[in-house]
Amino acid sequence: MPNSKVNNFVIRFANVNGTGSASANYLFAKAIFRMGVPVTPKNIFPSNIQGLPTWYDVRVSEKGYLGRREGVDIMVCVNPQSMPDDVRSVRSGGYFIYDSTKALHPELIRNDVTYIGMPLMEMCLREFTDPRQRQLFKNIIYVGALAALLDIEFEVLEQLLAEQFEGKEKLIGLNIKALKLGVQYINDNFSFPLEIRLERRDLVGDKILVDGNSACGLGAVYGGATVVAWYPITPSTSVVEGFETYAKKLRIDPETGKKNFAIVQAEDELAAIGMVIGANWNGARSFTATSGPGLSLMNEFLGLAYFAEIPTVLIDVQRTGPSTGMPTRTQQSDILLAAYASHGDTKQVLIFPSTPKECFEMTAESFDLAELLQTPIILMTDLDLGMNDHMSEPFVWDDNKQYNRGKVLDAQQLEELPRFGRYLDVDGDGITYRTIPGTHPTKGSFFTRGTSRDEYAAYTEDGSVYARNMERLLKKWDTAKNIVPAPVLYQSENKSPYGLIFFGTSTYSAEEAMDDMEASGIVFDAMRLKSFPFNKTVEDFIHSHEMVFIIEQNRDAQMRSLLINELNVNPQKMISVLNFDGMPITAQFITSQINKTLSPAIN
Amino acid sequence: MTYIRPKFRHPDLPKNDLGYTTKEYEGSLSTLCAGCGHDSISASIIEACFELSIPPHRIAKLSGIGCSSKTPTYFLGNSHGFNSVHGRMPSVATGANMANRELTYIGVSGDGDTASIGMGQFVHVIRRNLNMVYIVMNNGCYGLTKGQDSATADEGSKSKAGSVNPFQPIDLAGLALELGASFVAQSFSGDKQQLIPLIKAAISHQGFAFINVISPCVTFNNNPGSTKSYDYVREHIESTGKTDLVPEKTEILTSYESGTGTNVMMHDGTYIRLEKLASNRNPFDRMGAMNALQNARNRSEILTGLLFVEKETENLHQTINSSDRPLNTLMQEELCPGSSVLADINDELR
Ligand SMILES: Cc1ncc(C[n+]2csc(CCOP(=O)(O)OP(=O)(O)O)c2C)c(N)n1
Ligand code: SF4
Ligand SMILES: [Mg+2]
Repeated sequence: MPNSKVNNFVIRFANVNGTGSASANYLFAKAIFRMGVPVTPKNIFPSNIQGLPTWYDVRVSEKGYLGRREGVDIMVCVNPQSMPDDVRSVRSGGYFIYDSTKALHPELIRNDVTYIGMPLMEMCLREFTDPRQRQLFKNIIYVGALAALLDIEFEVLEQLLAEQFEGKEKLIGLNIKALKLGVQYINDNFSFPLEIRLERRDLVGDKILVDGNSACGLGAVYGGATVVAWYPITPSTSVVEGFETYAKKLRIDPETGKKNFAIVQAEDELAAIGMVIGANWNGARSFTATSGPGLSLMNEFLGLAYFAEIPTVLIDVQRTGPSTGMPTRTQQSDILLAAYASHGDTKQVLIFPSTPKECFEMTAESFDLAELLQTPIILMTDLDLGMNDHMSEPFVWDDNKQYNRGKVLDAQQLEELPRFGRYLDVDGDGITYRTIPGTHPTKGSFFTRGTSRDEYAAYTEDGSVYARNMERLLKKWDTAKNIVPAPVLYQSENKSPYGLIFFGTSTYSAEEAMDDMEASGIVFDAMRLKSFPFNKTVEDFIHSHEMVFIIEQNRDAQMRSLLINELNVNPQKMISVLNFDGMPITAQFITSQINKTLSPAIN
Repeated sequence: MTYIRPKFRHPDLPKNDLGYTTKEYEGSLSTLCAGCGHDSISASIIEACFELSIPPHRIAKLSGIGCSSKTPTYFLGNSHGFNSVHGRMPSVATGANMANRELTYIGVSGDGDTASIGMGQFVHVIRRNLNMVYIVMNNGCYGLTKGQDSATADEGSKSKAGSVNPFQPIDLAGLALELGASFVAQSFSGDKQQLIPLIKAAISHQGFAFINVISPCVTFNNNPGSTKSYDYVREHIESTGKTDLVPEKTEILTSYESGTGTNVMMHDGTYIRLEKLASNRNPFDRMGAMNALQNARNRSEILTGLLFVEKETENLHQTINSSDRPLNTLMQEELCPGSSVLADINDELR
């Protein structure tokens, strides 16, 4: 392939957790982004604070593919612990850049890999006196070396440092000194640039580089959330941190200096979701963020919110289960737990964002949906989307858009109403009217409960009244189908007997796989799911294809199960493509899995 | 003692400052067992809210699950209520309170609901000093699941079925004191004279106010061997003294002779009037209250009355510096930063 080595590679940094490598690696990725070249960084980190190996993969793709790709073209290894594995993972013809302060063990020498050794530790000891600086600048030196080796524009790095350390001139100077040490060492000892390298392009446009969790936090600020309750858990923690960071800037009352929001760090997830339900019941927009173990704990309350019809917004940043599983690895494996959360007949609305932009707008929209439908809305993101930076379309907000608070009666409306029935289906869409506590002195109060009640919220154990209410909840579910985000179809007309279905973070790699397969002559129709309940488009798409591949990141084909359970479709033609090793799915994996099914047929 | 609402009401029922009679503060007819202590507590809540002239719709009543947690149906019918899940009323109350700091929050729970399944939430709501009244209707058993021992049953206490409880009890009032609760009281469902003023004081308190009310379960735990039976409690009660709440506008000296007791100024301007304090008892002395409680327990006595109140208290809203205006009244213009701010944020991410 011509020029396949320019703007088209994967570089991996092998570091030790807690040594300050993250900001250096980010500087590297951001510089490429600033050079107009599509980039996708991924943090592969252990469940540990200090001392264990951690990796940072950066995929550079001229074609704009943002999914993970297997195979490392350049390894930057500053972790002796993981060195043997790191050497093994380099592709034939690739490069191995390492700290040569200590000589490389002869067993680690491969003939098909080019070795670039730099005495990083030695250089730091010589150039810096402060022990912390010696550790930190080791990382910056290798970024400098990479700038020379890969043709990264030095001014871009300088500019990024100037922005990062604005007002701290001394730090900028020290960082630039470290960068230059790296450049100089390459100048003196190696020929450069490498064959694998970068060239400035204009392929980024107005895109932004941001993680999904910050985007969710910002979306909650824009969506009008005022009460946030949470319990720390990786990988969801930075959702609330994101909310707090933005709210501290954007939600302070200018006159009093007081906060137009309240964040409560709860004692556990049982309490976090209880607080969210209490706040929403009382008319504030409120949300929590958690991951699998927290979602398990929240089940009982989610049933209450479903049955008592209380708006609730929950962001589930999925990680690898079951149990504690691999807490710092990604998966899409909470789908069934979330969809049917709680005992009894329950169905919960799920929303599947696949980019930071969607994290932002879907979080904001979740508050409208929750209040419109008076039910929990569970935003299903994952560790890959939430904790990694993604190149994304910019955030958009329409200033003409008004919050839709749903069917809430005010004092005046209550005054005019002959009799208020909290669970009375006045409009025939299954959605009833509610009131906020404290609205009217004598009208509109009602008793919220998880026990069965009649249309006027009075306790009842009458089976027919109970059944009537359950039927109405189903009617509301049908109404929801046309309110929740519709799936995205990739074609205006079907052109293939084969359909692909995917959602969330499988999207990047699914799109890339489609291109790859098309290049080898197999065309697919595709649909990206954005929510549950599924609407008619979803069912039609499945019906109109002979074979449908469902791409997801869990062992048990949970989305496939949900589709089969909820729709009238033939399970035989629903074929799973399942990646569940905790690493984000790749296009190569998808292609090879689909080929396994299709090859015999094609041959 | 079951409070059954009379069908006929005297036209001259006394009215409060809002022009309401107690009728405006009543709820549905109770379905608890006749004689259940919980019904008397409901009646005291009704009376306290009536006497304080709180507009009923400005009260939110919340509960967990249990016979005790059913009672919000039976009081304050014009207030919004929330019967949540077992042991988790405190979290729902916390969220509700964060949403609107202006309502009065009355939480009702049982000893099972609080001292077992809900212990975590109870402990943490105290720690946060949420501005609410938290009443435990403590009968030493699980009424609704038919009488199993609860964690507040006294060691050696005999159930109706004859079994003897072998475990140490959890003393909720003692625990609340230990955890730093800013208002702790203890009472007996049958002593409305004491309970009504305590509830009034608890409502006036601008932080977490806990009242542990011994409330016999006539069906499962009112037998001779039970330390939560009517007979036992009546015989072993020891009061810290008479409590009363003096509304802000009442001149203290006109109601009480000075010198016979202590006036406790509440944050909303009302006064709690404590009369006939037992010797050396000072309501601001947490250590003293803990000692007195412990000593009473050692004598198998139940110390009732206002055990402790903190003069200066900082509730959760104050701690986190949230808006003085209820968060649920903020409008989109104040909440949503809009597209031009977003454009700047996008720029920062490029
Ligand atoms: C999660 C859960 N577990 C168990 C129950 C069953 N349950 C209902 S009430 C109750 C005990 C109530 O005891 P207490 O709070 O003391 O109330 P009482 O009935 O004595 O007033 C239990 C265990 C439940 N409702 N929910
Ligand atoms: S079982 Fe006990 S606690 Fe429950 S209503 Fe009857 S007397 Fe009251
Ligand atoms: Mg009980």
